Amino acid sequence: MALRRAHHRAEQAAAAAGEQLLRLGRSLRPAETTPDLRAVFRPDQSVNDAPYRERWAHDKVVRSTHGVNCTGSCSWKVYVKDGLITWETQQTDYPSVGPDRPEYEPRGCPRGASFSWYTYSPTRVRHPYARGVLLEMYREARKQLGDPVAAWAEIVNDPQRRRRYQAARGKGGLVRLDWDEALEIAAAAHVHTIAAHGPDRVAGFSPIPAMSMASHAVGARFMSLIGAPMLSFYDWYADLPIASPQVFGDQTDVPESGDWWDAAYLLLWGSNVPVTRTPDAHWMAEARYRGQKVVVVSPDYADATKFADEWLHPHPGTDGALAMAMGHVILTEFFVEKQAPYFTDYVTRFTDLPFLVALDARPDGTHTPGKFLTAADLGPGSPWKPVVFDAATGRPAVPNGTLGERWEDGGEGRWNLDLGPLEPELSFHRPDGPVIEVLLPRFDEPGGTVRRGVPVRWLAGRPVTTVFDLLLAGYGVRRAGLPGSWPAGYQDPTEPCTPAWQETITSVPAAQVTRIAREFARTAAASRGRVMIVMGAGTNHWFHSDTIYRAFLSLLLLTGCQGVNGGGWAHYVGQEKVRPYTGWQQLSTAADWNRPSRQMAGTPYWYLHTGQWRYERYGADALSAPTAPGLFTGRHTADLVAQSARLGWLPSYPTFTANPLDLGAAARKQGLPAGEWAARELEAGRLEFACEDPDAPANWPRVLTVWRANLIGSSAKGNEFFLRHLLGAEDNASAAEAPPPDRPREVRWREEAPHGKLDLLLALDFRMTSTTLFADLVLPAATWYEKHDLSSTDMHPYVHAFSPAISPPWQARTDFEIFHGLAAKLGELAQGRLDTVHDLVATALQHDTPGETAQPGGHAPDWRTGAVRPVPGHNLPHLTLVERDYTAIAGKLAALGPLCEQEGMPVKGVTVYPEPESRWLAARCGTAPDGVAAGRPLLDTDVKFCEAILALSGTTNGRLAAEGFHRLAARCGTGSGLRELAETVAERRVVFSDTQERPVQVGSSFEWSGKEAPDRRYAPFTINTEHRKPWHTLTGRQHFYLDHDWMAELGEQLPVYRPPLDLAALGDSGPGQAGNGRSVTVRYLTPHSKWSIHSEYQENLLMQTLARGGPVIWMSVADAEAIGVADNDWIEAVNANGVVVARAVVSHRMPAGTVFMYHVQERLVNVPKSTATGRRGGVHNALTKLLIKPTHLIGGYAQLSFAPNYYGPTGNQRDAVTTIRRRPQNVEY
Amino acid sequence: MRVMAQIAMVMNLDKCIGCHTCSVTCKQTWTNRTGTEYAWFNNVETRPGQGYPRGHEDQEKWKGGWRLKHGRLVPRTGGRARRLARLFANPELPTLDDYYQPWTYDYDNLISAPLGEDLPTARPRSLTDGRPTAVTWGPNWDDDLGGGPEQLAADPVLRKLNDQVRLAYEQAFMFYLPRICEHCLNPSCVAVCPSGALYKRIEDGIVLVDQDRCRGWRMCVSGCPYKKVYFNHHTGKAEKCTFCYPRIEAGEPTVCSETCVGRLRYLGVMLYDADRVGAAAAVRDEQDLYPAQLDCFLDPHDPQVARAAEESGIPHDWLTAARRSPVYALISTYRLALPLHPEYRTLPMVWYVPPLSPVVDALSETGHDGEDPAGLFAAIDALRIPLAYLAELFTAGDPAPVEAALCRLAAMRAHMRRVNLNEPQDPAIAASVGLDERSITAMYRLLALAKYDERY
Repeated sequence: MALRRAHHRAEQAAAAAGEQLLRLGRSLRPAETTPDLRAVFRPDQSVNDAPYRERWAHDKVVRSTHGVNCTGSCSWKVYVKDGLITWETQQTDYPSVGPDRPEYEPRGCPRGASFSWYTYSPTRVRHPYARGVLLEMYREARKQLGDPVAAWAEIVNDPQRRRRYQAARGKGGLVRLDWDEALEIAAAAHVHTIAAHGPDRVAGFSPIPAMSMASHAVGARFMSLIGAPMLSFYDWYADLPIASPQVFGDQTDVPESGDWWDAAYLLLWGSNVPVTRTPDAHWMAEARYRGQKVVVVSPDYADATKFADEWLHPHPGTDGALAMAMGHVILTEFFVEKQAPYFTDYVTRFTDLPFLVALDARPDGTHTPGKFLTAADLGPGSPWKPVVFDAATGRPAVPNGTLGERWEDGGEGRWNLDLGPLEPELSFHRPDGPVIEVLLPRFDEPGGTVRRGVPVRWLAGRPVTTVFDLLLAGYGVRRAGLPGSWPAGYQDPTEPCTPAWQETITSVPAAQVTRIAREFARTAAASRGRVMIVMGAGTNHWFHSDTIYRAFLSLLLLTGCQGVNGGGWAHYVGQEKVRPYTGWQQLSTAADWNRPSRQMAGTPYWYLHTGQWRYERYGADALSAPTAPGLFTGRHTADLVAQSARLGWLPSYPTFTANPLDLGAAARKQGLPAGEWAARELEAGRLEFACEDPDAPANWPRVLTVWRANLIGSSAKGNEFFLRHLLGAEDNASAAEAPPPDRPREVRWREEAPHGKLDLLLALDFRMTSTTLFADLVLPAATWYEKHDLSSTDMHPYVHAFSPAISPPWQARTDFEIFHGLAAKLGELAQGRLDTVHDLVATALQHDTPGETAQPGGHAPDWRTGAVRPVPGHNLPHLTLVERDYTAIAGKLAALGPLCEQEGMPVKGVTVYPEPESRWLAARCGTAPDGVAAGRPLLDTDVKFCEAILALSGTTNGRLAAEGFHRLAARCGTGSGLRELAETVAERRVVFSDTQERPVQVGSSFEWSGKEAPDRRYAPFTINTEHRKPWHTLTGRQHFYLDHDWMAELGEQLPVYRPPLDLAALGDSGPGQAGNGRSVTVRYLTPHSKWSIHSEYQENLLMQTLARGGPVIWMSVADAEAIGVADNDWIEAVNANGVVVARAVVSHRMPAGTVFMYHVQERLVNVPKSTATGRRGGVHNALTKLLIKPTHLIGGYAQLSFAPNYYGPTGNQRDAVTTIRRRPQNVEY
Repeated sequence: MRVMAQIAMVMNLDKCIGCHTCSVTCKQTWTNRTGTEYAWFNNVETRPGQGYPRGHEDQEKWKGGWRLKHGRLVPRTGGRARRLARLFANPELPTLDDYYQPWTYDYDNLISAPLGEDLPTARPRSLTDGRPTAVTWGPNWDDDLGGGPEQLAADPVLRKLNDQVRLAYEQAFMFYLPRICEHCLNPSCVAVCPSGALYKRIEDGIVLVDQDRCRGWRMCVSGCPYKKVYFNHHTGKAEKCTFCYPRIEAGEPTVCSETCVGRLRYLGVMLYDADRVGAAAAVRDEQDLYPAQLDCFLDPHDPQVARAAEESGIPHDWLTAARRSPVYALISTYRLALPLHPEYRTLPMVWYVPPLSPVVDALSETGHDGEDPAGLFAAIDALRIPLAYLAELFTAGDPAPVEAALCRLAAMRAHMRRVNLNEPQDPAIAASVGLDERSITAMYRLLALAKYDERY
C-alpha cells in the first residue's frame, strides 16, 4: 500500500511538473495550444510522410479480371509499377442499373484481391516441365529412332517403361525442358494416339468457358478439330441442377443478382451467399431495407444467417421434406380451401398441371400414374402433342405450344402458349365423380407406399386424370369424396407431406414451416410473383438433389413466381453464362470447319475410366421405387450407363472398340452410308461399344489435356480411384471390389483392373496444383493479368475484358499461344502419318434438335434384345463421317471456317446465318493469305478471337439477335410480339474495344430465356411469360410431371421427398477402420470454402493466413468432445475411399453429427502423412466416390435429352460418411 | 469555438458480409513487405471472438486509452513517470504471439522436389526465423465462430456479459467488425509518444507517424486501446493506418472504403469544436461519452458555424463537403452510427451502425411478423445478438442509444415494405422513431441505394 501511495505521489508530481512544462512551453513557443493544454497546433513542423506517397505511386492501371470458375466476373484495376504488378483493387465503373436501386460496384472479394500474389509466387510455373523419368526415356528413344512419334510409341508400347513413368506420377522429379521439345512430345503423343487408337482416345478438360472465353474456346477448338471429346464440367461438378432441364427444358437460367432487389421475399436455401457470391451479397443486404424478408435455411449458422429474419436448420439433406410440407400448405390453403386467381391462371397457362395422364392398372389391380395422354392416343395424331381437357367443349384438346408444334410440319405459328378459346380443366374433381386410387411411393420408409384417390375421366379407353389431381395426391392434400390414406391435418405426422410429418424428418417445427409457407404464398399473391429462392450447393450436391430441387421449384410454379422479375429460382452453384453464346459455341466446337464435334458427359466418363464402377456393390434396382415395374432388376449401374450409350441417350467416348478412323475407312470401302454400315456391324456383333468393356486396353483414354482447371485437386470425386486406375499412381483407398454376384452383366468385368490408363496427362497452368503434380508434362501458362480475353456471368449483365498488365513473364505463354503452337507441331508430325482421314463420329440424340423426338412416349426398347432393329438417330447415336486433314489443323484454328454462314449457327433450336458478320470480320481482322483457310477471316490473335465471339453472338450483336427473334416469331406466331422485340435490339453492337473501356451491358437475344435492357434486370423465362413462347419441354410448359419409363422406375414422376442415401444399406463406402482411440462417424460435407479462390486455388498465402494455414475440418462441440479433440488438434478422417489428415476447427456453429471439409483443400500445403496408411493425406475428395443416378442417363425424349452440360449424371458427393479420430499430434511431412 | 474539420468514417455493420476484402486490399497496398508481415492496418473480426491481437479490448491487461483520475485525463499506461520507467521494458506491449507468428510455406518444394516416395507438399515455415513451424494462431483465428466455446468465451466483451448461453448451437449469433485506426479526436497514441512522432493533421484530422521522428519506443502501441499502431521490426519504427492520405488528398476514398464489397463504408467531413474536445473526453460517467462527443460536432448548416469555419481557415469546399457528408447524416442527423468503445475516452472518429439482423426467432416465437413495426420494436431487446453486447461495444454499456438506432433501422424496413408492396402508408411508423416520410426515405436512400458518390 505504501509503495502504491508513493508511486501515486510520484505520478502526481510528475503530472504536475509536466503540466508546468507545458504551460511554460506554451508561453515560449509560437505554436498555439488549447486552453486545456490538451493539444498543440504545429503548422510549422515538417514531417516525413513520403514513404507512403511513394508506396502508393504507380505507373499505370490496367483493366482485367480473374478467369476463376466462380462466375463473379468482376472487373479489376491492376496496378503496375516499374514493370511489376503490385496489387489490384476493384473497378467501380459498371453502367448504372437505375437511380432507384444499388449498383454493381465494387464487385470483388478477398480471393480476387489476393490474386496478384500468384504472379511472382514461388509456386509459379516459370518454364515447361516434364517428369524426369519420362523425359530421359523420350530423349533416348528419340535419339535412337530419330522420330518423335516413333519415340513416343516405343515408350508407351513397352509395359515396363510405361509403368516406370506412370509410377513416378505425383512423386516429384519434374525437370525443365524447352518449349520446342515440350510441344514436340505433346504433339507426338497426340499423333500416335490418334493413329493407333483414334481421336476419341484423346480428351480435353477445361471448365466454365465464361470465365475466359477465348482461353477456353481456343483449346476446345483444337480438340474439336482433331476429333477429341471435350468433357463436360457442370454436371460433373454436381452443380448442374438436373431439375432444371427436367422442369424447364433449359440448362440453367437464373436472375442476375440485381434482380434480388426486386424480390419481396427471399429464401436463401443451402446457399451461403456472403461466401459463395461475395460480390453479389450486398444486394441481399440492401434489399432488406426495401422491406424484403429474408429466410435462411441452413444446417449450420452460416455467414448468410447473419442476414436472416428467420433461420431454419433442417438436418442436412432433408430440405426436400421441408419444401414438400410447404407445398402441402400452399396447395391446401391457396388451391383447395380457397383459390388465388393469380396462381390458378398462372399454373393453367404456364405449367403442365392441366395436362392429362393415363393411369396404368397393375397386375394386382392397383393403379399407378402412367404416360401423358397425347393426340396419338386419341386417334391419328402426334405422340408429341399431349392433351388437356377443354371445359368449353367438354372434350380433350391439343393446346398450342407442345413439342409437336415445335418440330413437326404445320407447327409454324402454333408453337406458342396462347390458349385461344380453350379452357383447360385443372381438376376432374366433382361430387360423386369417378375416382381411382393410385399407388404412390414414399421413400421416408423402406418399401413405403400410399394409396390416394384421384378423380378420373375415361378417355381413349383408359382412366385419365390431370397432373394437378395427381399432384394433390402426391402432396397428400385431402379433398372431399376421395378415398385413400390422407393426413388428418397439418398436425398428422404419419402421412406425407404435412408440416408435422416433415418435422419428424427435418426437426424444423411444424408451426414455423406452416407460417413460412403462408407468408411465401401471401407475398407472392400480393406482389404477383416476387418471391425468390436462392438455392445453393447445400441442397444441390446430393444424390437426390433433383427431387429436392423439384420440390423447391414446385413452390415457385404454384405461386406464379417464375418468369417474373424479382421472383423464381436463383440457382447459384457453379452456374455460368457465356452471354455471347453463339459465337463462343461456334468457335469452341470448330463448327465453322466440321460438324459434329465430340462432347462428352463428364461423370460417366470418369465413372468408367477411373474404375469407380468396380467398387459399387449394390444393384441398380436398390434405388427403384416400391411401385416400380422392375426395369433395373439384376442390373448394375454400369449396365445402365452402357445402355444409355447404346440407345443414343448419352454420348460415350471412346465410342467403339475400334479406332473410328479405321471404321470410317471401312464404311467408305463398303460404299454404304456410315450409319447404316455401323448399325449393321453392331447388330451382327462385329462391332461393340467401348463402354461395354471399359477396362480393355483398346478402350482406355490415352491422352488428357487439362487447362484452366485443377481436375485432380478439385473436382475429382473418388480422387484416390483417379490416382489408382487412371494415372497408375499410389493411393489411399481401401474399398473392396464388388463380389461376383453384384457385378455388371452387360459390361465386361476383367479380373485384373488396369492401373494407369493414361499415356499422357498434359497440364497448362501458371501455378503448381494437384493436377500439375501428377502431370507428365506441365506447360507454363500466362495468368489472367497477362492476356486478352472476355468475361461474363449470369450474376450481372455485362461483358468486359481481360487485358495484359504485363507480358507473360519467364517462359510463360497464353493458352491461346500454346494451343496454336501445339496445332502447328501436330500438323507437322501428322504429315505422312495421318494426313486426310474419315472419322466415324457418334453423337447423342440432342436436346433442342429434332433428335429429342426420337423415342416417343419415353419407352426404351433396347435393340440389343433383338426386339427392334438399331437405327442411327432413333435408338442408336447419330453416326456421321467427318473428314479431317490433320496437316491443316493450325490453319483452321487460326481462321473462321465457312460452315457458319453456309449451314448457319443453330442455338437452342434457332439457326442464324452470319454472312454480314463474316464479311465484317474479314474487314476487321484480315484474311488468311493461303492454305486451307485462304480468304477466310483471320482469328490468329486473341484480340481477333474475342472480336469474333462478340460479332457472332446475339447478345452483343443486335443484328443476329433480331434475326433469331424473327425466326422464332415464324414458329411462335405473329401474336407473340417477338418481331417487335427484335426491333428493340437490332441496333445494339458491342466490339472488343468497348469491353476494354468499361463493362458493357448486353441485350436481349433468342439465345436466352429472359429479357434485359439498361432499365430492365435479367430474369429468366420472362420471354416465355411475356411473349407466350413455350418452354423447351414436351408440353411446352414447366413440368411437374415426368413420364419417362425410368422416371417411373425410380418413382419420381411427381415431386417427392427422397432422403440422403443410406450408404451402409447400399453396402457402399462404409466407414473405414477407426484405428486406435475413440472415433465418431459423421456425415461428411464439402461446401464452398471462404478461404480458397473459388474451387481451385487454396495455397495462396494471404488466404491461408486469414484461414487456419492448412487443411481443416469443422466439427461441432459435441463431436469434438466425443473424441477428445480440441480446436486446432490434428485429426484423421478415414473411410473406404481414402484418408484425410487435417486440423479440427471446433465450433458451436456446427450441428452435431455433421462435419465440413471445405472445398479444395489440396495436398499442396501443410498436409502431413497419415497414420492410417503412412502416405500423404488426401484432398477433400479423398473420401468421396461417384454414384450415378440412373434417371440422369435418360435421353432421346423431349427435355430429357442430352446436350453438353445440360443433361447428364451429376458427380454428386454430399451423401458421404466418414469416421474421425484424434491422431498423434506429432506430424511428419 | 474553434472549428476544425476531420475526415471520418462510418461502417454499417448491418451490411457487413465479413468477406475481408478490405483487409486484403489494404494489406496488399500497404503492408505486404518485410517488417510488417503481421500488421493488418485493416482487419475484420468475427464477434464474439478474441479479435486481433488476441483480447485487445482487455484494457485491464493492455492499459490502452485514457482514464479519469481526479477528474483529469491520464493515459491508462500511466503518467509520464510510469511510462518513462517502462521505456525499456514495457509489459503492456502485445507480443508477436498475441498478434500471430507470420508464416509461409516451402512452396518451392512443389516444383523442385526430386523424385521421391510420396507427393511433395509445402510445409509451413516461420516468416520471422525461417524455421519449420506449426500454425497455431492467426490474424483471423475466430473467423465464423471458429475455436469452440472456450476460446470464444475469452472475448473481453462477452466476459463482461457473463453470457455463456449464446455459445450454443441453437443460440448462436455472430457479426463482423472491421477495424482500422480510429483517427481519434483525443488520440492517446499521440499523447504517449516520447518522441513527438505521432501527430494529428490539422487539415483533416488524420493521425500519422512521422517516420523520421519515430524512435521505435512503441509507447504508441501500448497507448492505443484499439491496438492499431504496429511496430515495423525491420525499420524499427511505428506504422499505422494512414487513412490512405495520398488518395484522400487526391479526392479518392480510402482503399478499404472503395473496395468494400458490402458497400458499407461511408467517408465524409465532420466539423467539430476543438475547444470542447477536452471536456467531452473527461465527462465523469462513461455512458455520457457518446453524447458528449456528439456535442463536439458542429452543424455545418448553422450559419454561425459556417462563419466560424471560414474564420478558422477551413476552405469553402470542405464546408460544402461537411454539409453533404454522409457521415454527418449517419452520426448526427439519423443517430444511427455509434462510436467504438467510447469508454477509452479517445473520442474515436470511425463509427458504426449496429447490426439489426438477424431479427430471428424472438419475433416468430411471439407470433409477430418481422415486418410489423410494433412487434419488432418490442422484440429488439430480445434480438439474437444480445443488445448488451452491442452496448458494451458502442455505448459503454448503455443500451438506449443502440436500441434507438436499431428501431430506426427496423422502422425503415417496415415503412419501405409498404411502399414495396403498394400498401397504404402509415406515417406513424416514421414518427415512432422521430422521423417523417421524407427523412426516412432519405435515410433509406443513403443506406440501401448507397450510390458511390453519396457514400464518399
